[in-house]
Amino acid sequence: MSDQTPKNDALVRVDGVEKIFHRGSEDIHVLSNLTLKVPAGEFLALMGPSGSGKSTLLNLIGGLDRPTQGTVEVAGDRIDRLSDHALAAWRARHIGFVFQLYNLIPVLTAERNVELPLLLTSLTKAQRRKHVETALAMVGLSQRAAHFPRTLSGGEQQRVGIARAIVTDPTLLLCDEPTGDLDRKAGDEILNLLQALNREHGKTIIMVTHDPHASARAARTVHLTKGQLTSEAVK
Amino acid sequence: MRFFHLIWGNLKRRKLRTALTLLSILVAFVLFGFLCAIKQGLVGGVTLAGADRLIVRHKVSIIQLLPEAYQARMERVPGVAAAAHQTWFGGIYQDPKNFFMQCPVVPEQFMAMFPEFRLPPEQMKAWRATRTGAIVGRKTADRFGWKIGAKVPIMSPIWLRKPWVFDLVGIFEGRDKDTDTTSLFFRYDYFDESRKAQNWGQGLVGWYTIRVKDPAQAAEVARAVDQEFENSPAETKTEPEGAFIQAWANQIGNIGLIVASILGAVFFTILLVTGSTMSQAVRERIGELGVLKAIGFTNGQVLGLVLAESCLLTISGGGLGLGLAALAIARGDPTGGLLPLFHLPTADLLLGAGLCVALGVLTGLFPALQATRLRVVDALRRM
Amino acid sequence: MNALLNWFSQIGSITKFGLMSIPQRRAAVTATIFGIAGVVAVLVGVLSIAAGFRRVMVNSSSADAAIVLRAGSDSEMVSGFGRYQTRLIADAPGVARNAAGPLASAELFVIINLPKRSTGTDANVPMRGVEGAAVSVRDNLKITEGRMFEWGKNEVIVGAGAAREFSGLEVGGRVQVGRAAWPVVGIFTANGGVAESEVWTDAKVLQAAYNRGDSFQSVYARLESAAAFSKFKDALTANPQLSVKVLRQSEHYAEQSEMLTRLITTLGFLIAFLMAIGAVFGALNTMYSAVAARTREIATLRALGFGSGAVVIALMIESLLLALVGGGAGAGLAYAAFDNFRAATMNWQSFSQVTFAFAVTPQLLVQGVIWATVIGLLGGLLPAIRAARQPIAAALREL
Repeated sequence: MSDQTPKNDALVRVDGVEKIFHRGSEDIHVLSNLTLKVPAGEFLALMGPSGSGKSTLLNLIGGLDRPTQGTVEVAGDRIDRLSDHALAAWRARHIGFVFQLYNLIPVLTAERNVELPLLLTSLTKAQRRKHVETALAMVGLSQRAAHFPRTLSGGEQQRVGIARAIVTDPTLLLCDEPTGDLDRKAGDEILNLLQALNREHGKTIIMVTHDPHASARAARTVHLTKGQLTSEAVK
Repeated sequence: MRFFHLIWGNLKRRKLRTALTLLSILVAFVLFGFLCAIKQGLVGGVTLAGADRLIVRHKVSIIQLLPEAYQARMERVPGVAAAAHQTWFGGIYQDPKNFFMQCPVVPEQFMAMFPEFRLPPEQMKAWRATRTGAIVGRKTADRFGWKIGAKVPIMSPIWLRKPWVFDLVGIFEGRDKDTDTTSLFFRYDYFDESRKAQNWGQGLVGWYTIRVKDPAQAAEVARAVDQEFENSPAETKTEPEGAFIQAWANQIGNIGLIVASILGAVFFTILLVTGSTMSQAVRERIGELGVLKAIGFTNGQVLGLVLAESCLLTISGGGLGLGLAALAIARGDPTGGLLPLFHLPTADLLLGAGLCVALGVLTGLFPALQATRLRVVDALRRM
Repeated sequence: MNALLNWFSQIGSITKFGLMSIPQRRAAVTATIFGIAGVVAVLVGVLSIAAGFRRVMVNSSSADAAIVLRAGSDSEMVSGFGRYQTRLIADAPGVARNAAGPLASAELFVIINLPKRSTGTDANVPMRGVEGAAVSVRDNLKITEGRMFEWGKNEVIVGAGAAREFSGLEVGGRVQVGRAAWPVVGIFTANGGVAESEVWTDAKVLQAAYNRGDSFQSVYARLESAAAFSKFKDALTANPQLSVKVLRQSEHYAEQSEMLTRLITTLGFLIAFLMAIGAVFGALNTMYSAVAARTREIATLRALGFGSGAVVIALMIESLLLALVGGGAGAGLAYAAFDNFRAATMNWQSFSQVTFAFAVTPQLLVQGVIWATVIGLLGGLLPAIRAARQPIAAALREL
């Protein structure tokens, strides 16, 4: 599960990116002339006040949105040029998302939720089951596999979310405020898990957060203010 | 199917709503089944008509009788293979409500003309040997519990106005599922002899059925027959059996249109109800659909999931409804005798199945398209 | 008293609140209303067929109009009288008389074939030969176009219904009677009664055309009064020279239409019943969804102190109002689309055509609205109870 690319090769290259949203007759510049490089294997934190554009940046990197101007390159693919259809397939292969509100499907059990991304592959049922078991074991939730989300605590749900994000062995993990809805203890467990994934398994992680406690776990933190990178702090 | 859990889970999400929608669809398709059977009962005879048979009746009116002597002349017309006559007996068995057709016929000719009536050879022999013998169709025999050997009294207000008692010597079955097995046939010689007492009607019959040698020549033969009797006291009108039945059906009214209109209204209503339910179901799940797209499901796949869900709903409900209708219809005519031909034609059953699928696609399509049109990031916000 | 007023005002507020939120739930509400409207429209439409048919059959006759058939006949077709017998019947006690003699018309009945205007295929049309008193023994017979036929001539008048339905039956047209074509000289109405489906001519010429000698099939008589009926009937049945069946004309028509009315009514109610069940499910569905969508607001109201009972009643009133709107719309639609829609069908007793018009009667409209009300009540009851019984705290948390 380790990433083989050398550490100084940029996995993610964001170049001169602008993002403008049109609200009625107004034009809102969410990101302006933003350039960022993320090497493979890095644990990066994106911080900034609300409205600074950090989630938007995350969405651009994850192929959920396209920049108004500029380029976004991930793992050598120019994703700003891909069609919606191609982007979907690309996301399935390369990205694992972890959301603030977990975004689990309530009518599916934990293991079925984790299995979701695998349904898009050509793996057999037995193979899928194996991957799911591995992912759930990695997040420590093997005994809760058959539970529905409504019977899991917040921390457990987020762990299922992480298991779902890693089950396809994606190139990149994108986390949007993963501890935002959790108490301190549960939040720490999640951050431990993310760090372990980064250190022991070499997963490249980009995490949006406004909690300095969380960003302290990352190797590098960049700050966004009003759509522009303002400062950088490396540990 | 690998996506089964997702689809099934969604339907189980609001069990009551799913159940109620399923039930409305079920009821609509039960109605569909019944209406098709009713339509078939009223006008279905048309498709059963023999392609090689023509009906010859009095030109002026169906209630006018034709001479029995016409038969020989008819059979000499080129293109005519055989002729057989029937006469409307108009009898009542116990109560006018127990309506079924009775006709005096010449046994050998008649059974040869109508091969769809199947009579075992020993019963045919018994009929030929018994002057007062009669055969009756399976449906009517079962309806009144008649067995071979029973004496059946029938009162005819037209002929003699006294009860005629027939000896039941045979029960005939239908060759096809649709064959009408409600009629009773008895011997013409007994009929003609007995009506001497009445002073009128002797030697007269109601109508003829003729078989043509070549069905492609049906129209020419019809014209030739009518020409043969053109200047006789009783002129004839000859037409293919199908046309005759169609004209009869037309007299009942534009049943096809009425049934189609009712069904149209019903399905429009169901479409609204189911469509509204599906729209709501999808709207509640916009966020989840966004998550699926974020994970990498394409628009096409999301569309497919929603359609699979709506189709599963309509096919289950519709399938159950059609099944229930088929069962209920198999129990027989709900009007007690006015619809002798009462069953659900296979063609209509297939049409019903097709409608289930169409309903599923229509009700799922619009909400599905709406869902896919939403940008992933906006959808995620609605989680 | 205060508590009661308070209760009413609670119901009022919740209902008002609910109705105000309708614009947000436009789609679901419209679907319910359309659904119920559709059900009521079809229901009323289907039942109006039977109502229209019945109206034709029982319409024309007042209680002093009688008909005499041969004993044992269930229709005119199978009945038969000689002239002598018809004279006896006409002279019986109880029959009204005017200067010309007894108001009795001995009549005969045949079936002719005419093509329907709509399909071009042949249909059986009743043709009746009548005597001079025929117009007086039936109610409301009026010549609306052309003139009455001349007695002794080969001419016919046709009923308005028949003229509409069959080709060639306009004034100046011709009708094929046996070998000859007789001219149509007039069109008559009979207040929508069954005579409007018929073609009429002088009994004598019809007898000649059909070689009927001097025989008839029925006698239509106008009695001195409704009460004279028993006198009339008794005299005839007691007469050893006659073997008759004496009926009021209204009873006769009812008998004639029995089979078809039974068919249409049975089928109509079967269809209506199934549709109503479907509608109840549909209504339940929409109401449950409506309630589910408003769980939070209903819970808030209850948290604020509104009583559960008030909530239930308010929700049911809302459901009822929607159903009534739908029912009214459906009834209105049925009236607009179906009332007086002309049709023709086979009278299975005589195997001839009878023309009639769908009749959306006031009773049917009321029936339709009642069905809508029942659907609304049933559809609203269970969801309302569920809404009122949900634990408040849980409901408040629900998104």
